[in-house]
Amino acid sequence: MRRWTTLAVAASVSMLATSAFAADVPPKEVAFGDDGVTASLTGTPGDPKHGAEVFKSRKLGNCLACHANEEMSGELFHGTVGPALDGVADRYDEGYLRAIVVNAKAIFTEETVMPGFYSLDLGADVAEEFQGKTILSAQDVEDVVAYLETLKE
Amino acid sequence: MKSMMMKSGLLAAAAVLALTAGVSADPVDEQLVIDGQEMITRAKAPEGHPFDEVLSGWLYREAETRKLEEDSFDNPGMLSVEEGEEIWNTVEGTAGKSCASCHDDAADTMAGIAANYPKWDPDAKRPINIELQINKCREENMGAEPYAFDKSGQKELTAYIKHQSLGDPVSVDLSQGEMQQWWERGKDVYYTRTGQLNLSCASCHEQNNGNYIRADHLSQGQVNGFPTYRLKTGLTSLHNRFRGCVRDTRAEIPKAFSDDLMALETYVTWRGTGLSVETPSVRQ
Repeated sequence: MRRWTTLAVAASVSMLATSAFAADVPPKEVAFGDDGVTASLTGTPGDPKHGAEVFKSRKLGNCLACHANEEMSGELFHGTVGPALDGVADRYDEGYLRAIVVNAKAIFTEETVMPGFYSLDLGADVAEEFQGKTILSAQDVEDVVAYLETLKE
Repeated sequence: MKSMMMKSGLLAAAAVLALTAGVSADPVDEQLVIDGQEMITRAKAPEGHPFDEVLSGWLYREAETRKLEEDSFDNPGMLSVEEGEEIWNTVEGTAGKSCASCHDDAADTMAGIAANYPKWDPDAKRPINIELQINKCREENMGAEPYAFDKSGQKELTAYIKHQSLGDPVSVDLSQGEMQQWWERGKDVYYTRTGQLNLSCASCHEQNNGNYIRADHLSQGQVNGFPTYRLKTGLTSLHNRFRGCVRDTRAEIPKAFSDDLMALETYVTWRGTGLSVETPSVRQ
């Protein structure tokens, strides 16, 4: 019992020493399998409420720029570049939804215009302030996936 | 790129999505007439073009925006054209000349000229556009400083000169000098995905024209109306627009009139072959 406590303390100290998000799966280590990305990127369950914010915020996911979403009919200007997401949770399991958000090009084809939201496989000449950075944090991705999971018809 | 094995179920779902994706709002089927002069807003695409037909961005705009361009008195861009006319007639530089000193009345001497730009500049060994042609004239003939990008009336004078070609079909001569090689380079730039968002010109203007990205009705990205009057930003130069688009992909912003952007101007101007010069067009 005492040993476990010591280990836990040691683990949390080492986490503090490196990064607050040391538990996140790094973008390059996300495992894509037959069922998409089945493992959580953070180990912390997604918050659908915050996920909805990420979905509509122009500064975060801005998913509405390309996807219509009946559930957000109160928001103006839904895009039509991608498919409407009504009932998307009926069409895809959680692992696929996570995989699409993480890096749609790994799931569909290279031709998709959908950015990889947790990928470092970026375009040319990335602006300095965005170099080595993903569009969303691992937890934002988990939150968006949790929100998408609520879109059932 | 890590690619994954796809299940047939996923493939089927993706196919269904692909079919339902992109509920496109068609460009309107209307005729643009400016002060009684018919504009060519639809033209058969040149050989080797990805589209069958090239379409002016005017066809993609809202009715109120379209209307503003139909009458010179309503077009807010015409104020800038008038400023450009004043600059045309203003003496500057050590040679004591204005544009008019050599070129007289632009309505005669500049008619149809800008419809054939960019052209090959054998001195600089690169394509030259109206902005750079103005600067060349200022330095070599007027003894004046070249304009800095978008400064001191560059946009207005460019708009005035291009306006003298209103209605004339765009046609670039790729047989001049090394224009063909610059066209090829411009094509590479057009299809290169940039930035954290990993998007190319083609991502929006080729693959998705007719679709909406938020409130923006994506057009073919034609350049026949530049400098254009944008309701958001006022008179806007082509290279400013190029830079804005690239910035929005979260990429380093290329320099105005850099080799990449001159190549891109050459290529996208060709993509609008046959469309009327609409300068100053009115856009969102």
